[in-house]
Amino acid sequence: MEAIGLLMHGFAVLLTWKTLLLMMTGLVLGIFVGVLPGLGGPNGVAILLPLTFTMDPTSAIVMLSCIYWGALFGGAITSILFNIPGEAWSVATTFDGYPMAQQGRAAEALTAAFTSSFIGSLVAVMLITFLAPMISSFALKFGPPEFFAVYLLTFCSFVGLGREAKHKTVISMSLGLLLAGIGMDTVSGQLRMTFDSPELLRGINFLVAVIGLFGISEILLTMEERLALRGHAAGISLRVVLSVWKDLPKYWVTLVRSSFIGCWLGITPGGAIAASFMGYNLAKRFAKDQDSFGKGRIEGVFAPETAAHASGTSALLPMLALGIPGSGTAAILLGGLMVWGLNPGPLLFVEHKDFVWGLIASMYLGNVVGLVLVLTTVPIFASILRVPFAAVAPMIVVSCAIGAYAIQNAIFDIWLMLGFGVVGYVFKKIGIPLAPFTLALVLGNRAEDAFRLSMIGAGGDLKVFWSNGLVGSITTLAIVLLFWPLIDRAFGSITRMLRPAKA
Amino acid sequence: MSNTDIEIVVEDPTAPEANSPQVVSVRVVDVVVSLLLLALAITLGYDNWRTGAGWESTGPQPGYFPFYLSIILGGASLYGLVAAFASRREASESFVTQAQLRRVLAVFIPTVLFVLATQFLGLYVASFLLISGFMRLVGKIALWKSLLTAFVFTAAMFVTFDVAFDVIMPKGPLEAALGR
Repeated sequence: MEAIGLLMHGFAVLLTWKTLLLMMTGLVLGIFVGVLPGLGGPNGVAILLPLTFTMDPTSAIVMLSCIYWGALFGGAITSILFNIPGEAWSVATTFDGYPMAQQGRAAEALTAAFTSSFIGSLVAVMLITFLAPMISSFALKFGPPEFFAVYLLTFCSFVGLGREAKHKTVISMSLGLLLAGIGMDTVSGQLRMTFDSPELLRGINFLVAVIGLFGISEILLTMEERLALRGHAAGISLRVVLSVWKDLPKYWVTLVRSSFIGCWLGITPGGAIAASFMGYNLAKRFAKDQDSFGKGRIEGVFAPETAAHASGTSALLPMLALGIPGSGTAAILLGGLMVWGLNPGPLLFVEHKDFVWGLIASMYLGNVVGLVLVLTTVPIFASILRVPFAAVAPMIVVSCAIGAYAIQNAIFDIWLMLGFGVVGYVFKKIGIPLAPFTLALVLGNRAEDAFRLSMIGAGGDLKVFWSNGLVGSITTLAIVLLFWPLIDRAFGSITRMLRPAKA
Repeated sequence: MSNTDIEIVVEDPTAPEANSPQVVSVRVVDVVVSLLLLALAITLGYDNWRTGAGWESTGPQPGYFPFYLSIILGGASLYGLVAAFASRREASESFVTQAQLRRVLAVFIPTVLFVLATQFLGLYVASFLLISGFMRLVGKIALWKSLLTAFVFTAAMFVTFDVAFDVIMPKGPLEAALGR
């Protein structure tokens, strides 16, 4: 297999002391961010992104993806020990993880969580290793209409399949696309929506917005909560680890099922949260004694953690192969790629082999190193929670400001970040989802370019989006997904009408 | 590694009380946000229409794509406006209580001051002031701890960004006096 050879090459790129050191630093920073209240994967990556600006792209992505793995591991620590889910997808982990900790089986629960996250991501990384090159070489044949159709599909599936109120997803998405359009028009060179302001000439930088939306707004939201907590941090002994691992084969059905759900939902946008709950619920449904769930059953930790990490990892597949992020964090990583001067999309696999395979290899290595690291250092990280939030909050604010400024060396961007912080705070509280906004902001220009290039090519005929089987079926699928709730309801009522007739 | 448990207890003395009266309901905020978004959609839509939202011989004009997006945004906010008025759930839900607002402002106002200070004193001095001031005044942490933490953090940031990674931050009179 060609993929394996390239992967080996990727490992060769990685195995230098410098990269390994960066990896460890990234993991430690990531776990730190994951354990701190109110911060999680996307926030951590957004805040720490500026650290990587001066690195070469491979080191930078290795460090960032390790921050991401670290944050995922860190989230499990707080969910189990303190019943505080670091992120929405850790919620399902608390159902059985926290009861286990209360029964004095914290070490067991933590080992289970770390091991299953490891397995989940491993399965997803293997999927990426073999599927991503295939998809990208297929996508190399795409022209502008096909790309626009794929972007449309991404946006429509967010609207049609998202759990939030539809109009709020539409608001979030169109706002993101509009803000992405501010500044110089890339096709004609004309200025748009700048209102003669020199600051708006540059346009609204994606990363500035993200740092505000995810960093500053999280601080404001966290301050609203009561920050007192109480819990036990247990050291993990080798004996516990081995005994959990020895039982692992017993749960292979749960692990396989959750990995599968996670991979599937991760590739479709916005799936990690759904994946963890679905993994948990299915494990419960198929169990013989369902009542024992929620009272500290180890399967209740395995199922959601595996699914959440499989989906968090496989969300990187569409990002690498097509340039379309499957999650908020993937969108931020994509923004990073652009800062380092790489053009995300199928060409990445051709033009930057070192980079892509270095990243994929770092996913394998990062997970192994991360697993060892968290298993050995849990008590240290758990005690980070003792640091008062009054000390952590201003430090995060400063890091956010540094990040926002460093992107374009503009003070205006710090103000913009603050503005986005307020927007993020208000949006979150009134239920306008931020993920579509992030995605729209990062994809906006490329979606518009694809649309205009296909229009120019076709002489302004919208039929170009149905001009061949491939683009036609993607476009049609997009429209079906957009109206999915309506179609679903229509089908429901039709079957209900038919049923009495049959009976 | 030993098997001893480490107990972790963190108190939050200034936590917002649970029974604090609400300042504003979710419905009111939702209505206001919808109106703001509608106004934004109209402004941007007008600007794009002025730029040119039609078709040229070569394809869509620069304003075409954003113009139609403004219409979508406007439509969705109008719908949101109606939905917010109709929603009983949002009317009964609290957006923020007085105690919560006080805590949020306790971090937001210092942040605004920090950004202002960055413009005049440079980022490093401003961050020292923010961290020490916030820890001392909001967190009620001992003065020496606050000053020490702020100094260590700011120095670490300076070494990381300015010295090691060469990312240049805004600087003020202090750095000028020290010759950096």
